[in-house]
Amino acid sequence: MLRGAHENTAVTISPRDYDFRIARRRLEAKPKSAGEKLVSLEDAAARVPDGAILAFGGILYSRTPLALIRAVLRRRPRGLTIARNLMCYEGEWCMVAGAVDKIITAWMGIGLPWGLSRIMREYVESGRVPIEEWSHLGLGLRFRAAAMGLPFLPTLTMLGSDLMSVGGSKTVECPYTGETLHAVPALYPDVALLHVQRADRFGNCQIDGYPHMDADIAFAAATVLVTAEEIVPEEEIRRHPDRTVIPGFAVDALAHVPWGSYPHECYGLYDSEPGHFGEYVAGIEAHGAAGVERYLERYVYAPEAHADYLALFPDAMRADAERRGRELCS
Amino acid sequence: MSAKASATGAVTANELLAVMGSRELRDHQTVFTGVGAPMMASVLAQRLHAPRLTMVIEGGIIGPQWRPGWLPISTNEMRAAYHAQMLPGITDAFLIAQRGFLDVGFIGGAQIDQYGNLNTSAIGGYDRPKVRLPGSGGANDIISLCQRVIILTVHEKRRFIPKVDFITSPGHLSGGDSRERAGLLFGGVSRVVTTLGLFGFEPKTRRMRLESVYPGVTVEQVRDHTPFDLLVADGVATAAAPSDKELAILRALDPDRQFIG
Repeated sequence: MLRGAHENTAVTISPRDYDFRIARRRLEAKPKSAGEKLVSLEDAAARVPDGAILAFGGILYSRTPLALIRAVLRRRPRGLTIARNLMCYEGEWCMVAGAVDKIITAWMGIGLPWGLSRIMREYVESGRVPIEEWSHLGLGLRFRAAAMGLPFLPTLTMLGSDLMSVGGSKTVECPYTGETLHAVPALYPDVALLHVQRADRFGNCQIDGYPHMDADIAFAAATVLVTAEEIVPEEEIRRHPDRTVIPGFAVDALAHVPWGSYPHECYGLYDSEPGHFGEYVAGIEAHGAAGVERYLERYVYAPEAHADYLALFPDAMRADAERRGRELCS
Repeated sequence: MSAKASATGAVTANELLAVMGSRELRDHQTVFTGVGAPMMASVLAQRLHAPRLTMVIEGGIIGPQWRPGWLPISTNEMRAAYHAQMLPGITDAFLIAQRGFLDVGFIGGAQIDQYGNLNTSAIGGYDRPKVRLPGSGGANDIISLCQRVIILTVHEKRRFIPKVDFITSPGHLSGGDSRERAGLLFGGVSRVVTTLGLFGFEPKTRRMRLESVYPGVTVEQVRDHTPFDLLVADGVATAAAPSDKELAILRALDPDRQFIG
């Protein structure tokens, strides 16, 4: 069995998740540089240490930092905790690669047409990787609380449900009205992995379309790694500062990676590839976890550079994804 | 999805859920809706009697106008955001619901009990389950935060059980005022729309109560498909069957029958 495998699957919220004092001091000690952030994809991925809590940006198959996740997995990490509100198959990759000890999520799968995640079932039901489950808003507020520098946020969601007992969530009595509120604990990730439409070389990031939770995750994390479809001149960012959602001083490393979330979608630029998801799931149906291993070998470990990865997808296929992406946002 | 329990032969289970769900919506309301039958119900209502219905989608999307044949598979993709009026982000979309702006919320579930509690997390023990399900997603938030929650579900014995294995999304918990006592002061499940009939909740015990059946369905049939002790309202009504117009709109929206089955 791989390192990090658990016998006991019961999960509890780790005090490390919500300790705002430690998180604050960690940020105070860190440079908030307005300088150059551009590095190679591999150099960005090298900043993920074993045992880290990672938060992935985007949601489900939208604006997932897939190039970064692949680059991280090529380093064969161990003992990670990964957090993402709707965990798509990148969570399965991490399970099968033996990279994760715990998954924090509100939902895991690809989507209705692809059914239940067989890999998630196998790993969770056998107790190899536990899931710490939150409601969508609950986990969103964990990132928001951390982005605000707080240990928790009061909310009306999750109350009364069995989700309250999964990680040991607590309630708090409102000091004004006396009502019971859910005190959702902050989640301060060690590293945020994000993919955005554009950034300047100083790491000022702009996102088009739905913002998902990327900005909260960026402000919550101790280290922020970003890939961008396009690196634009500083002047272009300054022409539309209202579109900047993550300031450069919050970003530690930035890599220029066009098609960085493909075959997931990137709003306005390219659509997702449901056909590719179908092939991936067919591999699992035929070979179980070995189907994922084969996929990892072909799409994650074998391609030496991002261009080699993109070459696995025919030009015409990507051109069509681009056409659909534009049409859907026109 | 099986249409076995469907009341009318030619109508699929999802068509039935979409039609009956759409009739629950009123013009100028706001509805928190998801993909599948809830989405079809919401758009059908917009095309028929609720043109100014505003849809709010989990992906952080307000007021999309979906294109026929281009319906979203996920609440978090460009199709779901097509022609939207605002993209506030996921957390903020739910906070808008927490503030009280959502008149109606639609959800479904793998298991449902007599108090409208839903399980989409795990069958069997939670830590080492027999079947690990995908999880709450936004369902817990919708049921906790929207004013009037409508559950849309196929009526199958394996789904309707006396007590869910795990309460992912709280209906009326153990009945009575238990929901309020847990801190859920607002809203709650008020309607269950299935492939056999329409259900409410008896005001005192908050137990599920059959209120209407579909044409050709008997109260006995509903009881047969409901393993818990079902309350039945005095004078159960019969809902009108899906009209040709309702079905034509649904079929035009989903020409490949990806969602209506």
